[in-house]
Amino acid sequence: MALIECKDVSKNYGSTVSLKQVNLSLEAGRIVGLLGPNGSGKTTLIKLLEHLLVPTSGLITLNELAPGAKTKSFVSYLPDRDFLPDWMKVNDLIKMYKDFYDDFDEKIAREMLNSLHIDCTKSIKKLSKGNREKVQLILTMSRQAKIYLLDEPIAGVDPAARDYILHTIVSHYNENAVVLISTHLINDVESILDEVVFLKEGEVVLHENADALREKTGMSVDEYFREVFKC
Amino acid sequence: MKWEFKNGIPIYLQIIAQIKVMIASGELRAGSKIPPVREMAVEAGVNPNTMQRALTQLEQEGLLYTQRTAGRFVSEDENVMKELRKAMSEQYIADMFHNLEKMGMDKQEIIAAVKNYEKDKGEK
Repeated sequence: MALIECKDVSKNYGSTVSLKQVNLSLEAGRIVGLLGPNGSGKTTLIKLLEHLLVPTSGLITLNELAPGAKTKSFVSYLPDRDFLPDWMKVNDLIKMYKDFYDDFDEKIAREMLNSLHIDCTKSIKKLSKGNREKVQLILTMSRQAKIYLLDEPIAGVDPAARDYILHTIVSHYNENAVVLISTHLINDVESILDEVVFLKEGEVVLHENADALREKTGMSVDEYFREVFKC
Repeated sequence: MKWEFKNGIPIYLQIIAQIKVMIASGELRAGSKIPPVREMAVEAGVNPNTMQRALTQLEQEGLLYTQRTAGRFVSEDENVMKELRKAMSEQYIADMFHNLEKMGMDKQEIIAAVKNYEKDKGEK
């Protein structure tokens, strides 16, 4: 069953076209890479799914519901920028997530934070950049959601933090949920992807099983991407 | 277990090839239990569905078998193991011939070179 369904979805910002007639159907149990160069519409698509934006035309359904207040109860979203309030302590954040989301699993979150030796009594301000990113990911992945939207989860962290983040995503794999990861750092994530979606200038130009693509092209997803998006 | 993936080859095929080496070399012993799919996927850093696909194919080839509640095990069938070693050694030899022929050697020269190598090694 498709958890994410886009039918002819377009989004314009004034006269600028960001997404053009996007048709996409993503099923449960998949980890999907949303791949495209800067400005190809990745973040716009994710924001539409999170209902931070509304489409100019077309239809989106998430688990058969239109994006809105209800879908937020099963969509877990990691924005592409730092969204943690500086003055809060990690403990405060956990409490806030628990208040906001019924599906937030405090035990899992605390286990992960402990394994990283992150002091929950510390304020966010005092965490390193890598640890802030990890805390954000942990909060996002500690929800037992149906849809995870991860916008650039590995941008700007060191290789060890990146490995940890990918490890966390794979170990939270749930056959009833779909994980959509947007990135342009394909080499780093491609081994954990089932399916890849290429966005080019707002259009879906490819949606394929990752191994099938390797078989067909004899290239890694990263190599093929470089070929498709050659400047 | 140590995993390494090359570009341009489906990952499930690479997992199959690497598990075969582990079985043939005895790193995964006949009859031993292998970890659950998810654990192996996390360790290898691959998608759980990809790992599942590889293990399913290894089962179809008879190298692994599932016991309903206990988990997945390496086959204890000696014929299967013999076949595996035979197929793998044939592949290595075929690759060697292929590479040396690319360098312009003919079959006789390759066989002579193999014998020479074996003799030299024996003396050392």
